[in-house]
Amino acid sequence: MRSYWWKILAVLLVTYSFVGGLLFEVPRLFILNETIRALYFHVPMWFSMVAMFVTSTYHAIVYLRKNNPEADIASSSFAEAGVVLGMLGIFTGMIWANYTWGSPWDGDPKQNGAAISLLVYFAYFILRGSISNHEQKARLSAVYNIFAFVAMVPLIFIIPRMMSSMHPGSGGNPGFNMYDLDSRMRMVFYPAVIGWILLGTWMGTLLVRYKNVKEKVYELEETVR
Amino acid sequence: MNWKKLSANLMCLLFSIGAFAQTQDVPMADGMRAEGKIYVVVAIILVILFGLIGYLVFLDRKLTQLEKRMPK
Repeated sequence: MRSYWWKILAVLLVTYSFVGGLLFEVPRLFILNETIRALYFHVPMWFSMVAMFVTSTYHAIVYLRKNNPEADIASSSFAEAGVVLGMLGIFTGMIWANYTWGSPWDGDPKQNGAAISLLVYFAYFILRGSISNHEQKARLSAVYNIFAFVAMVPLIFIIPRMMSSMHPGSGGNPGFNMYDLDSRMRMVFYPAVIGWILLGTWMGTLLVRYKNVKEKVYELEETVR
Repeated sequence: MNWKKLSANLMCLLFSIGAFAQTQDVPMADGMRAEGKIYVVVAIILVILFGLIGYLVFLDRKLTQLEKRMPK
């Protein structure tokens, strides 16, 4: 990921989704009205959050197998990027819900599940912050990271689909048909998802590089002392 | 001529007109588009997006400089 063409691609795709998301035709639906365009911005947050958490868990497993500190740094960095995107998803969802469901928080299964899984990931950072021994911190948090990911899957993908929910894609039939996502919307939605995943990856790699430099500075300080 | 078929066809036509009228009745921000004011919104959010991405590029470059100064 040293090359930078994918960062340009991320900027191009997100820019396209901003312009296309506001200007292109969308289905005319009651209640949703013009807010249907929020889909181009709200849903990619969740897609990219899940992508970040998958990357984070992958590096956690790599750490447990090889015990290399780089994997621990990557795992925690991508978890941070995922939590940032997830919080943006929660807040945008609350604004959208306020105008379409009547209140920002209805206790909808999808909302609750997303909030709980974010809390599970907050606990991950609390766990990391509470252990000073580097190896212990890395090993424990890698194990917890896998647990957090496994907890997220039913909370976001399974339970909301088993219960009745106002959120599209919940309460039975999963998949994209429920989003009323016609071909015009797909033309903007999929590029937006790819663009935001790449942008999230960029944020994650910046954190990785920052933490690597910080580690080296610590090592230098140790040798000077 | 069977009246059943004709009335069924008429019913279909009636319902499709109803459906068509319904979708056109949905209030959308058509006025904002007609006036061209939507381009103002697009311009504003693009300025903010590019501002944030420019900042990301700035941070990226600073970090690259720092990485180069680090001893191997």
